[in-house]
Amino acid sequence: MLTRDQAAEIFARIRKHATADEVECLFYGGNSALTRFANNTIHQNMAEENYGVSVRTSFDGRTARAATNRFDDDSLRDVVKASEDLARVQESDADLLPLASAEIASSRGRDARASKQPDLPSRHFEQTAKLTPAERADAVGQIVRIAQRHKLTAAGIFASSESVEGIFNSRGLSQWHTQTLAEISITMLAPDSSGWQKANSPDIAALNAVSLAQVAAAKAAKSAAPREVPAGKYTVVLEPAAVLDTVGFGFYDFGGLAILDQRSFLSNRIGKQLFGENINIWDDVAHSQQSGAPFDGEGVPRQKLKLVENGVVKRLVYARGTASKMNNSEYAGKVGPIEATGHGFPIPNEMGEAPMNIVFEPPAEPKTIEQMIASTERGILVTRLWYIREVDPYEKILTGMTRDGTFLIENGKVVCGLRNFRFNQSLIEMLSNVEQMSTPVRTSGEESFDMVVPAMKVRDFNFTEVTKF
Amino acid sequence: MNDLSSWALNTASVRGATYADVRVVHDRSRGLATKNGKIGNASDAQSLGMSVRVLVNGAWGFASSADMGRDAVENTAARAVDIAKASAQVKQSDVKLVPEQAVKADWTTPHKIDPFSTSIEQNLALLEKVDAELRAVKGVTLAETNMNFRREEQWFFSSEGAEIHQTKYTTGAGYVAYAFAGNEIQKRSYPNSFGGQWQNKGYELIDELKLVENARRIGEEAVALHSADQCPAGVFDIILESSQLGLQIHESVGHPIELDRVLGMEANFAGTSFLTLEKLRTLKYGSELVNVVADARQEHGPGLGTFAFDDEGVPAQCTPIITNGLFTGYLSSRETASVVGLQRSGGTLRAEGWNRLPMIRMTNISILPGQKPLTLEQLISSTDHAILFQTNRSWSIDDKRYNFQFGTEIGWEIKNGKRARMLKNPSYSGFTTGFWNSMDAICSRDEWTLWGTPNCGKGQPQQVMGTGHGASPARFRKVKVGSAYS
Repeated sequence: MLTRDQAAEIFARIRKHATADEVECLFYGGNSALTRFANNTIHQNMAEENYGVSVRTSFDGRTARAATNRFDDDSLRDVVKASEDLARVQESDADLLPLASAEIASSRGRDARASKQPDLPSRHFEQTAKLTPAERADAVGQIVRIAQRHKLTAAGIFASSESVEGIFNSRGLSQWHTQTLAEISITMLAPDSSGWQKANSPDIAALNAVSLAQVAAAKAAKSAAPREVPAGKYTVVLEPAAVLDTVGFGFYDFGGLAILDQRSFLSNRIGKQLFGENINIWDDVAHSQQSGAPFDGEGVPRQKLKLVENGVVKRLVYARGTASKMNNSEYAGKVGPIEATGHGFPIPNEMGEAPMNIVFEPPAEPKTIEQMIASTERGILVTRLWYIREVDPYEKILTGMTRDGTFLIENGKVVCGLRNFRFNQSLIEMLSNVEQMSTPVRTSGEESFDMVVPAMKVRDFNFTEVTKF
Repeated sequence: MNDLSSWALNTASVRGATYADVRVVHDRSRGLATKNGKIGNASDAQSLGMSVRVLVNGAWGFASSADMGRDAVENTAARAVDIAKASAQVKQSDVKLVPEQAVKADWTTPHKIDPFSTSIEQNLALLEKVDAELRAVKGVTLAETNMNFRREEQWFFSSEGAEIHQTKYTTGAGYVAYAFAGNEIQKRSYPNSFGGQWQNKGYELIDELKLVENARRIGEEAVALHSADQCPAGVFDIILESSQLGLQIHESVGHPIELDRVLGMEANFAGTSFLTLEKLRTLKYGSELVNVVADARQEHGPGLGTFAFDDEGVPAQCTPIITNGLFTGYLSSRETASVVGLQRSGGTLRAEGWNRLPMIRMTNISILPGQKPLTLEQLISSTDHAILFQTNRSWSIDDKRYNFQFGTEIGWEIKNGKRARMLKNPSYSGFTTGFWNSMDAICSRDEWTLWGTPNCGKGQPQQVMGTGHGASPARFRKVKVGSAYS
C-alpha cells in the first residue's frame, strides 16, 4: 500500500515542478480483488493494484486538475504542466478561494464540537486486507452448495479491497485515510423466480456468506410461480436495500450549490414540512456502521449534521466556496446555518457537494420487517429495486422496477411471489407516507451509495405497470 | 512492449496457463466544462498499466498492475495464474474458446484533427460563447456546457501469437439549459442528453455539431416548456426522433442480445435477458421494417463501438441482429460463442481500461434507415395524430429487458400532419417486442445519425463503456403514453 510518507515525498517532488501560486494533491488507489460467480461457477476473477495522484494548481482565481498513475519525475513534471496549462488560460474567477489551510484540517467544526463527535473508528482490518483468492473461492463454494441443495443457480460477487485517500496542499494541509472493504452479493435463480441479498463492511468478520445465501435461496423458493396482480397504489414493505436505492436520489440535492443553481427539489422548501414527522436524517461519517474518509475533497473535516428533523429539511451541506457564495446570496437567512461542512467534491467540479454518510435516526418505536408484514392487511413486500431514474426533478418522481423477490402480503402474511412491477413514485410523497420503520442498518444496493437506513412500511406506493416475470 | 508481453506470457505458460493474453493500455482524457459563465471542469488524466488474463485448469484468472518493470509484470502474471487456480475450485465445466486466427495489426481511429493538439483557449472560448447564448435567453436559470476528448492506445498480445496495436480517439461535446420557475425544473439539451454527441473522431466533430448556432433555440425551448401543456396520458401513435430511438435500441435491443446476459453471467447485477436461445431465428422481434445490425467496422461510421479488433483480438464484424423483423443474432465472445455452438466470436469483448476484464459490450447497434426516401417532415406530414418525442430525459427497463419507460425533454403533438403544440413532461412505456412490432415507418438515410452513448454501465466492478447507435426517426402505432405522471 502507498503510505502517507511516500505520498508526502511525491508531493514534495510535485511542488518542485510547479510554478503555480498554490498546489494541492489528492492521492488515491489501493489493492482490490473481486471473485464473480454465475451458473454455480466462478466465471470472472480479478485483482488490481493501482495508485494515482491528481494535481490541482491555482493562479490567482484560475484552477485546474490533472491526474496520473506514474510517480517518476518525468510523469510528475508532465502532470503538473498539464494542470498548469489548463489553469493559466482561464478567466480569473473572483469566487475561487485560496486552498484550505492546515488549521482547517485540524478543526472539528462547530456542530461536531457541540455533539461531542467521537473519533473516527478504525476502518482498516487486516483480515479483510489479507483475503486470498482461495479464501474467496471457498466462500463461493459454500454459496454454490447452498444453491445446489435448493436446486437453484447462484450468481454474485465476493470482493475485498484495501484503499487509501489522502490530500496534501501547499498551505500545509495534510490528511490521510486508509480502509478496507469486503462485499458479498448473491442472487439465487429458480426457473421463474429469484432472490437476492447483499452486504458489505470494512471488516470481513461482519459478513456471513452462508446466512446471506440462505436468505436469498429462501426468497427464490418462496417467490416461485409468481402471481400477477394489477398495478395500482399499494401499501409496501420496503426492505432496507429498496429504501436505500430510492432515497439516494434525494441527497445530491442537499448541497448548497444545488440551491444556488436552482436545480434542487429543496428550492423554496427548506424549513417547511416536506416529509412525515417521523423522518429524521443525519450525515455522520463517524457513525459505527458508516465508512469512508473523514475529510472532503479539499481536506476539510466532515461534520456530523442533522439534515432533516421531524420531516423538515433544516440545513444543507457546503464546500468552502459554496458557503461563501451562499452567504452573499439572496438565500442567506432562508436555508439554515451556512458554513463549510466538509462535504465538498474535489475542485473544480460542477456538483459542489453532497452528504455521503447518510444515517437515518432510529424511530421511536422500531418494528421488524416481520411486524410490518403482520400489521398489513394487503400489501407488497419488496426486496430490491432496479434501474431507478428520475422522471421529474422537482417533484422527485422516480421510476424503476422491483426485482429478485416481490411478494404479496394478505392478512398479515406473505402468501406468494408476484410478477415484478414498474413504479412511478414521488420521493417526497413516499417519505410523507411512512407508517413504520425498522432500526436502521448499514445497507448496500446498486443504485446509490451505502447508507444506514431502515426498512419502511409505506402507504399508497404507486405501481403503474406489471412486467412479464 | 514485446519484452513486456514475453515476460508475462512466458510466466503464465510456465505456471500452467493454457491460454494467456496481455493488454497494455495508455489512456489520456481531457474534460472541459462551463457553468453559468464560469469554469465547471478543467481536467486532464493519464493512466498507464498492464493486465494479464489466463486460462488455467479450465478457469479464468485476471491480474493487473501499473508497475511495468520485469519483476512486477512476472508477478502479475503469476498472480493471474493463482487466481485462475482458485477459480477452478468452483466450476461446472471447463472454459473453451472458439478458434481465432492470430494476427499482427496496427490501426488508428480515422481523424482529421488530434483533439489534444487543439488549443485549450479555443476550446474554452467556444464553450463560453455557447454559454453566453444560452444565458441570453430570459428565464434560463442554469447553463452548462462540456467538451471531452479521449485517446486510448492499446497493445494486445496473446499466447496464440496475436500482436495488435490500436489507438482510438473519442470526442464529445454538448450543453444543457435549465429553467426553474414555480414548481418545475425544465431542461433542454443539445445535440443530445448524456453530454451531447460523442463519436470516435477528432476535433472535426466539434465543428460539425453547430453548437453555437443552436444554443439560442435550446434556451428558448427550455423556458417555453413552462407554458406548454402537460403531455396527455393514453394510447397514441408516437414518433421518436433519432437520438431517442438510439437509446430505445440500446436498452431494448442492445442489452438483451448480449450473450453473457442470456447465459446468466450477469444475473447478479445487470440482469439476464428475455432472448433465450430458442428465440434465435424464431422470434418476430419487430415489424418487417425493423433491420438492426451490430457493426463495429470502420465502414459503419465513427461510432463509439467502432474498432478494428476487440479486446481478445477478434476482428470487427457486422452481425445481423434483426432482419426484416426476425431475430437473427447475438453479441458474442470466444467463450460464449463456444457455449452456444457458434463457429466464431462476433468480436464484441471490450474492457474499460487496462485494469478491467474485457466483457461483451455493444458495438454499434444500429437500425438501418428506410429504403424509401422519407424525411422527418414528410413523416410528420403523413401522420394524422401522434406525439413526437425528442431528447431523452429518463430511461428505465426491467432486468430481462421487457418492460421499459422513457421520458423525453420535450414533446410535440402532431395533428393533421403538422406540429400543433409543444408538450412538457412526455413519457411512453411498453414491452420490447410489442413495441418494435408496432413500427410502421422509418426515415431514410438523410435523417440517420450515428449517436454515441458514452455512459453504458455493466459488470462487477462496474465498467463504463461507449456504444454507438445509428437511427433515423421512426413511427410506432398505439403506444402507451404518460404513465410516468399518472
